[in-house]
Amino acid sequence: MKSRLTFSRGDLVVALAPIVAILLALVAGGVLLLMLGADPIQAYGTMIDGAFGSQAALLRTLTRATPLLIIAVGICIAFRAGVINIGAEGQVFVGAITAVSFSLGLGATLPAILLAPLTLLAGFLAGAFWGAIPGYLKARFDVNEILSTVMMNEIAVQLLLYLLSGPLIDPAQVAAGSRIPQSAQIPEASWLARLAPPSQVHVGLFIGLAMAVVVYLLLWRTTIGYRIRAVGQNKNASRYAGISVPRYLMLALVLSGGLAGLAGAVELQGINHRVVEGFAVGYGFSGIVVALFGRLHPLGAIPSAFLFGALLVGADKMQRTMQVPSATVTALQGLIVIFVVSSDIFVRRYNARRTARAVKAAPPPAEVNQPAPEGVV
Amino acid sequence: MNFGDVLAQALPLTILFATPYLFAALGEVFVQRSGVLNLGVEGMMLMGAFTAIYAVSSKGMGADPVVGLLIAAGVGGLMGLAMAFVSVTLQAEQGISGIGFTLFGLGLSSLLFKLLAGGVITAQGFQPIHIPFLSDIPVIGKILFQQNILVYLAFALVPILMWVLNRTKWGLQIRAVGQNPAAADSMGVNVALVRYATVIFGGIMAGIAGASLSIAATPIFQENMTEGRGFIAVALVYFGGWSPFRVMLGALLFSIANNLQIWAQILNVEIAGSTIPPNLLIMVPYILTIAVLVFTRQRKQNEPAALTKPFQRGEN
Repeated sequence: MKSRLTFSRGDLVVALAPIVAILLALVAGGVLLLMLGADPIQAYGTMIDGAFGSQAALLRTLTRATPLLIIAVGICIAFRAGVINIGAEGQVFVGAITAVSFSLGLGATLPAILLAPLTLLAGFLAGAFWGAIPGYLKARFDVNEILSTVMMNEIAVQLLLYLLSGPLIDPAQVAAGSRIPQSAQIPEASWLARLAPPSQVHVGLFIGLAMAVVVYLLLWRTTIGYRIRAVGQNKNASRYAGISVPRYLMLALVLSGGLAGLAGAVELQGINHRVVEGFAVGYGFSGIVVALFGRLHPLGAIPSAFLFGALLVGADKMQRTMQVPSATVTALQGLIVIFVVSSDIFVRRYNARRTARAVKAAPPPAEVNQPAPEGVV
Repeated sequence: MNFGDVLAQALPLTILFATPYLFAALGEVFVQRSGVLNLGVEGMMLMGAFTAIYAVSSKGMGADPVVGLLIAAGVGGLMGLAMAFVSVTLQAEQGISGIGFTLFGLGLSSLLFKLLAGGVITAQGFQPIHIPFLSDIPVIGKILFQQNILVYLAFALVPILMWVLNRTKWGLQIRAVGQNPAAADSMGVNVALVRYATVIFGGIMAGIAGASLSIAATPIFQENMTEGRGFIAVALVYFGGWSPFRVMLGALLFSIANNLQIWAQILNVEIAGSTIPPNLLIMVPYILTIAVLVFTRQRKQNEPAALTKPFQRGEN
C-alpha cells in the first residue's frame, strides 16, 4: 500500500478538485446573494473578518471546528467502507443526550477524575448504538443506509424534544413554571477544561486532532482498516478474499456513529454544559461536508474542519451585522457538496488516463488486483 | 364519540396529506425507473413549497394559486435539470449529490423565507371543491369529494402515469434505460435524454408536492416544513415496488401515520393512564419507513438493474 503522506501529481489533482469546487460554489453563492440584494463582496468580507479578523475570532473558529472535525473523521470511516452515513446529525443528539443523562445520574457517585472521560465514553457508545441500527439493517437486509440514517435523524430529533420537555427537563424550569425544554447543568467535574479563557476553546480540540490521527492509523496501518477500505472499494473482491463484508459495513457505521456521538458529548462538556432545544443543529450535516471537502481523509478533515468552522463563525457575524440569515451557509454547503461530488469526474478521468499510460508503458504485472479508487465513495 | 365520526374526521385529512407524498413519489418512480436515484426530492419540495406560497401570498406577488403551482413546478424542474446535469452528464455519485440538493433547497428556502417574508407567511391557496352530487353522499362525500384540486390531480395521475409507464413508447424507453442502458443505447434510444427527461419530471413533481403542502394542505410555510417527507417519498418508491398504484397505497398508509396525532386525539388513546407524548407519535412515520425498507427488500424484481449507475457508452 502506497503511503498517503507522499504526494504525486495525481494527489495534486485530487486535492485541487475540491478547492476549485468550493471556489465555484462561493461564486454561485455570491450570485445568489446578489440576486437577493446583498453585496456578496461585503458579505464574504464580513465572513472572513468574523472568522479570522482577530485573535478572539480565530479562537471562535477553532471552537466551532472542534465538533465538525470529530464528526468528519467518523464520516470518513463510513464513506471509506462505501457506507453513506447521513445520520451524524441524530448520532450527535443521541450522544449528547446520553452523556447528559450519564453525567447527571452518576455525577455524585463516580470519582470526579473519572467523570469526564466516562461521560465522553457514554456519548461515544450512544452514537455507536444509533449508528449500529442502520448498520445492522444495511449488513443484514441491504437497507439503503441513506434513507435509514435520515429517518434515524428525525427519530433522534423527536426523542431529544421528548426527553428535554419531559424526563430530562431541568427541575429549575419546572419550579419556575417556565418549562423551557432544556436539561439541567452537568456537574463541573465532567466539564472539559478551557484552553484560553475567556474564549471557549477547550480540550475537545485536542481530542479531535487525536481522533484524526487515530482514525488515519486505523484506516491505513491496521488490518481492520485495510478491510474497511477494501469493502468500500470492491465488495465482491472483498468477499472472495474472505472478508466478512456485512461485519465491516456494520463496524464502519458503528465507529462513524460513535465519533458523532463523541462530538455531541464533547460539545456538551466543553461548551454548553447542558442540552437545550436546538443543540448542535446542523453539525452533523456540516460534518459530512467537511469530510467530503477533506477528500474523505481523516488528516484532510483537519484543515477542512477549520475552514468550515470559519464559514459558520463568519456566517454568524454576517447575520449580526448585515442581516443576511445564516441559512445562507446551509445553501452554500449544499452547493459545495454538489460541486465537490461533480468535480470527481475530473479526478476519475485523470486516474483513467494515468492507468492507460502506465499500461501502455509496461506490461501489466501478475497481480493487478488493486482496484482504482472510485472517487468519493 | 363513535367510530364513524372518527373516520369522518380523520379520513379526509388522510387523503389530503397523502397528496404531497403522492406527487413526489410518482415523480421519483419515473426517475428511478430510468436508473437515477434522486435524493434531492426533499430540497426540491421545500423550494416548491416556498416559491408557491410566495407567489400566492399578499406578502409576495398576490397571484392566483395556479400561478403559484406553475412557479413551484418550474423551480422544481430547474433543480431537476441541475440534478440531471450532475448525475447524468457529470456522472457524480447520486446519493451524495442528492443530499447536496436537499441541503441547498433547505438553506435557500429558509433564506428566502427570512429575507423575503420576514419569517411569517400565509396564503389563501387552493380551496376545497365540492364535486356536485358526489360530495353530498354521506361520509364518503366528505372524505373523497370535498378536497382541493391538487388532491384530485394527484390521484388522477396514478392511472395516467401507469399507462404512460407500461403502455407507451416513452414508458418502454424509460424502463429499458433503467434496466439495460447499453442495450437501449444500441437500439437507438438516447439514454442521457431519457434520463434528463425523467429527472426533470421528478423535479417538477417534487415542486408540485411542495406546493400541495404550502398552498393546499396548509395555508402556511415554515422552515423545513417537509420534515423528511421527500425522503419518505423515495422510500415509498421501494415500498411500492416501482409501481404507481402501490406507491399510492403507500402514500395513504404514510398519511395515516403522519396524522396519528389527530387519530390519537379523536380516539383519546391512553397508555398506562396518560396520553401518549406527541413527540413519540411524530416518530411513527419515520420508524414505519425503516420497517418498510426492511420488509420490501424481498420484493426487488422490479428494481431497475441500472439504478444509480451512470451510463458511459463503451464502458457498460
